[in-house]
Amino acid sequence: MARKDYKKPLPHLDEENRWFWEACARHELVLQKCASCKTPRFYPRAVCPECASSQTEYVRASGRGTIYTFTVTHQNQAPGFRDELPYVMAYVELDEGPRILTNIINTPPDAVRIGLPVEVVFEDIDEALAIPKFQRTP
Amino acid sequence: MSLRGKTAVAGVYEHPTRYAPHLTQYQIMAESACGALEDAGLSFADVDGLCTAGVGPIGVIALANHLNLRPSYLDSTNLGGSSFVAHVTHASAAIAAGLCNVALVLYGSTAASDRFAVGTGGTGAFGDPPDAYEAPYGPTVVGNYAMAAMRHMHEYGTTAEQLAEIAVTTRRHASLNPAAKFHDPITIEDVLASRVVSSPLHLLDCCMISDGGGALVVTSAERARDAKKKPAYLLGAAEAVRHTGIGRENVLEVAAAQSGPKAMAMAGIRHSDVDLRMIYDSFTITVLLTLENLGFCARGEGGAFVSGGRLAFDGPCPTNTDGGGLSSNHPGMRGIFLVIEAVKQLRGEAGARQVKKCAVALCHGTGGVISRRHSGATLILGSSR
Repeated sequence: MARKDYKKPLPHLDEENRWFWEACARHELVLQKCASCKTPRFYPRAVCPECASSQTEYVRASGRGTIYTFTVTHQNQAPGFRDELPYVMAYVELDEGPRILTNIINTPPDAVRIGLPVEVVFEDIDEALAIPKFQRTP
Repeated sequence: MSLRGKTAVAGVYEHPTRYAPHLTQYQIMAESACGALEDAGLSFADVDGLCTAGVGPIGVIALANHLNLRPSYLDSTNLGGSSFVAHVTHASAAIAAGLCNVALVLYGSTAASDRFAVGTGGTGAFGDPPDAYEAPYGPTVVGNYAMAAMRHMHEYGTTAEQLAEIAVTTRRHASLNPAAKFHDPITIEDVLASRVVSSPLHLLDCCMISDGGGALVVTSAERARDAKKKPAYLLGAAEAVRHTGIGRENVLEVAAAQSGPKAMAMAGIRHSDVDLRMIYDSFTITVLLTLENLGFCARGEGGAFVSGGRLAFDGPCPTNTDGGGLSSNHPGMRGIFLVIEAVKQLRGEAGARQVKKCAVALCHGTGGVISRRHSGATLILGSSR
């Protein structure tokens, strides 16, 4: 799909998050970890809120986790989403610790439950951008 | 220095409109200002403080222009729906510090006639850094609250029937409020039979979108004593936020857990001293989580706490006696109505829904989105200092 035909909101890339989305385009889910206090953090940001260090390590996540909570959305008038109802929005707790907001795809909504093991799958927008989503682990 | 007893809400006005394609937002605010000043026995000439939210980025200046006011204290802090609860605190601090004497808190909105789908129509993006990791996934407002409800059900066994109890009791209150939008009683079965908007929340678990507005007049306790009506004294107040932090936050811990105890400590009261709870009810789950986090019941016991009509105005824990956002009005940011109803109840002006003995009222506004980012503002008012 060409980017101009994609109706849902796309991330606005800036100097604080560009590396994350470039990794997604390579189908890698990369997390930040403070180089000083070793605290992992999500979403990405330049300064560690725990210890104020700007020294950051980048760790490739396994892409595996479990559903922390979710909802099956039956109503959303926003472009892109209104054509895909119902869809599943969820917080996935990654094996590395942080929880991330995402969609559960390739999985029947009726099969989604809290605690379900899931794995990352990248939705390619074009060669420069992909959105990390999750699906039931086979 | 504590703010306790220093200031009071001396005038209130709830605009009667629920659907007003013939009114503008600023007209609703102007009419509400007149109503609250009349209620307080004051006039525009007395006003030297102005607070509002939900206008344009610097709309507070335009509002001063519209009302031809020259206030010396201006506040357009926007914390979402809790803003106007926080404005009472901010205005009180300004009054106690001598920055102004009489502050108007104003709200107006034509969300319904503008057909603004607050809960289900937006992109979920506000132009802030976390948007990049959220907006692509279709996070509606109701969807985020629904995720908190889903987690609560998972952890504590809370049921859809228990959430529905909140909607049923709130509708009963609306049936006793002539100004409320919806008057017909509903049952738990009605709530469960309404369509699912975002699981596990049904349509009747969600607030409406209406037009409307209101106004508050805040002044010093001394000046309020000379006002037309019985003052509602500020006893306690605090604000807080909860957000996704660095990715490990508990979605069931809301801002009320921080602002509630702080406000109660300022007021020097216990839960059993509170006669009325005015809790922001964007969704039924908002009320349940807020009551738990304020400490009216233990975490996880909210389902039982709200069941059996216990939140009714004539029950053991009167809550949201005006009919709330679920059944009276919700123009997008309804915090001001929490304060208006609290003041009416403290004065004994609430008519058929009057709480028998009402000396202390606790208001808690929630703004923004639980399970993403939200603010909480707690305000405790009392009929005596």
